[in-house]
Amino acid sequence: MDSSQLLGITTFILLAASALYIGLFIFRVQGLGVAATALTIVGLLTETAGIILRWMESYRMGIGHAPLSNMYESLIFFAWSIIVLYLFIEFRFKNRMIGAFVMPFAFLGMAYGSYATEFSREITPLIPALQSNWLIAHVIACFIGYAAFAVACGLGIMYLMKARSQEKVGGRATGGLLESLPALRQIDDLTHKTILFGFLWLSAGIITGAIWANSAWGTYWSWDPKETWSIITWFIYGATLHARFTKGWGGKRIAWLAIIGLLSVVFTYYGVNFLLSGLHSYGGR
Amino acid sequence: MKQKDNPIIAFFASVSLALFVLFILAVTSIIGTVIPQNETPDKYIQFYGEKWSTIFHALNITDMYHSWWFLSLLALLSINLVVCTLKRLPHVWQTVMQDNLETPATRLNKMTPGRTFVFNGPVGEAAAAARALLAKTSRRIREKSTNTETLLFTQKGAWTRFGVYAVHTSILIIFIGAIIGTLYGFKAFVMLPAGATTDHVYETGGNRTIPLGFDLRCEQFTLTLYDTGSPKEFRSELTILKDKTELLRKSIVVNDPLSFQGLTFYQASYQPIEGQLFAQLKNTRTGVSTGLPMKPRTEVSWPGEGVRFGVVYFEETANKTGYRFKIWFTDGPETPSEFWMDLGATAKIERPGATYDFTLTQHFATGLQVAKDPGVWWVYIGCGLMLTGITVAFFLSHRRIWILVTTEHDRTKVLVCGGANKNKLGFEKDFNALIARFANHAQFTSQG
Ligand code: HEM
Repeated sequence: MDSSQLLGITTFILLAASALYIGLFIFRVQGLGVAATALTIVGLLTETAGIILRWMESYRMGIGHAPLSNMYESLIFFAWSIIVLYLFIEFRFKNRMIGAFVMPFAFLGMAYGSYATEFSREITPLIPALQSNWLIAHVIACFIGYAAFAVACGLGIMYLMKARSQEKVGGRATGGLLESLPALRQIDDLTHKTILFGFLWLSAGIITGAIWANSAWGTYWSWDPKETWSIITWFIYGATLHARFTKGWGGKRIAWLAIIGLLSVVFTYYGVNFLLSGLHSYGGR
Repeated sequence: MKQKDNPIIAFFASVSLALFVLFILAVTSIIGTVIPQNETPDKYIQFYGEKWSTIFHALNITDMYHSWWFLSLLALLSINLVVCTLKRLPHVWQTVMQDNLETPATRLNKMTPGRTFVFNGPVGEAAAAARALLAKTSRRIREKSTNTETLLFTQKGAWTRFGVYAVHTSILIIFIGAIIGTLYGFKAFVMLPAGATTDHVYETGGNRTIPLGFDLRCEQFTLTLYDTGSPKEFRSELTILKDKTELLRKSIVVNDPLSFQGLTFYQASYQPIEGQLFAQLKNTRTGVSTGLPMKPRTEVSWPGEGVRFGVVYFEETANKTGYRFKIWFTDGPETPSEFWMDLGATAKIERPGATYDFTLTQHFATGLQVAKDPGVWWVYIGCGLMLTGITVAFFLSHRRIWILVTTEHDRTKVLVCGGANKNKLGFEKDFNALIARFANHAQFTSQG
C-alpha cells in the first residue's frame, strides 16, 4: 500500500461520510449519524497514515521533507485540519447535524487535490528557497486558519438556511428539517468563535511567512499578489471581528461575512496561483 | 464618557471609521495584484494603451503600495488606532483597577446572570456558607462586611482587558519598524564571481553604489543538483575582510544568510561565467588553500606558494556529455606535472616538496541580495505582541462574581450575580454550576 492509494481511499471515505451526514440531516435516522462519525474517524486515520507514509516515501527517495511543500500536499493538510476541527466541534457540542455543512468541504479539498489537472501530485525534491522550517510553520498555520474559515463558512450557510426557514413561519418552531439544527444563537456563537480561531492562525501564518521571506531574501513584505491577498483576507476577517465586537453585528450579517471571507481565502489560495502571478507561483507547479 | 466629545476626536476614534478604512484597504489592495507593479513605462503602454497607462501613472497605480494615497490610508488607520485607544484606555484602566467591593447594590440587582436565594440562618452564617461554595471554584475571594450585610467578590483575568490594546499597539510597532526600515535601511544586490572581492554593492531599484565599509570576498560557489536536474543547493563561501585581515567566514545558502555590522547577505542567485574555469588548490602539507579563476591556455599563478598552472588543452569526453582538461602544474624548478581531469573532479598532485589537491569546476558568480533593515526587530517584536494579544483577547476573559448577603423583612437574602466581558455562554455555564451548588445546599432556597 502506498500513500497515494491511502489518500485516494480517504477521498472516498470522506465522500461517504459527507453523504451520511447529509442523509442524517435529511432523514434524521440516528443510526446514520453514528455511522457518519465512525466513517469520519476512519477517514481521519487513513488520511493521517497516508500523510505519514508520504513523508516516509520522500525519505526513501532520498529527498526527505515534510509533506507540506506543494499544492497537493497543502490541500491534503487542509482537509485533514477540517476533519480534526469538525470532530472537535461534534464532540464538544454533541450535534452531528453540523457535519452535513462542514464535512463536504473536507471532501472537496481532497477531491480537488486528487483530481485537478493543474498541478502534479508527485513527491518532488525541494528547491533551495523551500528548504526552511519557517516554511513548514507557515504552511501549517495558514492551512489551520483556512480550515477554520471553511468550517465557519459551513456554519454560516447553516445559519442562513435555518434563519430563512424560521422567517417563513414567523419565527415559530417549524418542526421541519432545520429544527434539528442547533439554536440560531448557538450557531452564531460557534461561527464567531471559529472565525476568531481562524484569525489567530491566519495572523500566525502571515507572520511566519514574513519571517521566512526575510530569511530567504531579506524582505519580510514585498506586496506580491499572494501576500497581498492574504492581507486582504485578514482585513476582511478583521473588519468582521470589529463589526461584531463593537457594533454588535451578528446573525445573518456575520454568516454572510463568513461566506465572503472564505471566497477571499479561496482566491488567495487558488486564484493567485492560477490567475495571477508572483513569487508564490511555485505552488502551482 | 463624562466629558463632551469633540466631534473631530469622535470621528477619529470611531470604529465605523476603522471598518471603512479596513474595507477600502481590502478593496484597493486588489488593484495591485491585478495590474503588475513596477514595470517599465513601455510595458504599461504595450499592455494597457497610452490612455490607461497615463491614468495609472497619475494615480501611482504602477507602484500603488508606496503611493501617497495608499500610505495615507495606512496613516489614517494608525491615527484611528491611536485616537481610539487613547479614548478608551482610561476607561479600561478604571475597570481593571476599580474596587469591585464598592459596586452599589442597585447595580448588582440589575446584573445578568443573577439569582436570589433565601438563607435559613443569620447573615454571618450565610456569608460563610456562600464563601465555602464559591471557594470550590474561585481563589482569592475578597470580602466587605458591615453590621447588616456582607459582599463577597472574586474575579479572574482582569488584565486580559488589555489584550486588545496589545494587538492595536502591535500594529503601530510593526508600522514603526517598517518606517525605520525604509528611512535607514536599503536593499541592494551584487553579482560576485568566485575568487573576487568587492567593497561596494548596488542599490535595488535605484542607481546608487553603496560602499560596504569592508571587503567581501566570495571564496567559492557550489551548485548542487538533484538527480532530476533541479537545483538542490546554492552555496557561497564568503569572507569578510578589513585591511586584508579576515574578520569572518561563513558558508551561506538560501535561508541561511550572513550578517555583519547590520548588513545581511542572502544567497539569491548564481550565474555561470562563460568560458571561465575555477581552480581550487590546497597544499595538503601546510593546509593553505585558495581558489583562482582561470581561462584555458592562460597561465595562472598562486602568489606566495610559487605555484603556476594552467589548462593546456581540452577536448570533448568520449560520451560527448562534457569536456576533459589537460592540466600543466609546477611549484619549483622540477619537471612540471601534466595530467588529464574532468570538470568537477579532484586530482591529487604529488610534487617533490609537497602534495596538492586540485579541483577544477566551472567558474560561477554568486548573486547576493544585500539588506540593511534596522527596523526588522521592531517588526518581529510587533508580530510577537500581536499573536500574544490576539490569544489573550480571543480566548481569555474577565469574569466577575459578586455575592451580596443582606437582610430583608427579617429574612437573609443572598444575591449571586456576575458577568464576563467575553465568552458569555461559557461564563453562564460556570455560573449555572455555581447556582446549582447553592440550590443543592440545604439552607439556601431559590427565589427564582
Ligand atoms: C488591522 C488593524 C486591527 C486589528 C488587527 C485589530 C484587532 C482587534 C482585535 C483582535 C480585537 C479584539 C476583538 C475581539 O475580542 O473579538 C479588537 C477590538 C477592538 N478594536 Fe481593533 N484592530 C484593528 C484596528 C482597529 C482600529 C483602526 C480601531 C479604531 C477604532 C479599532 C478599534 C477596536 C475596538 C474599539 C475594539 C474593542 C475594544 C474593547 O473591547 O474595548 N481596531 N481589535
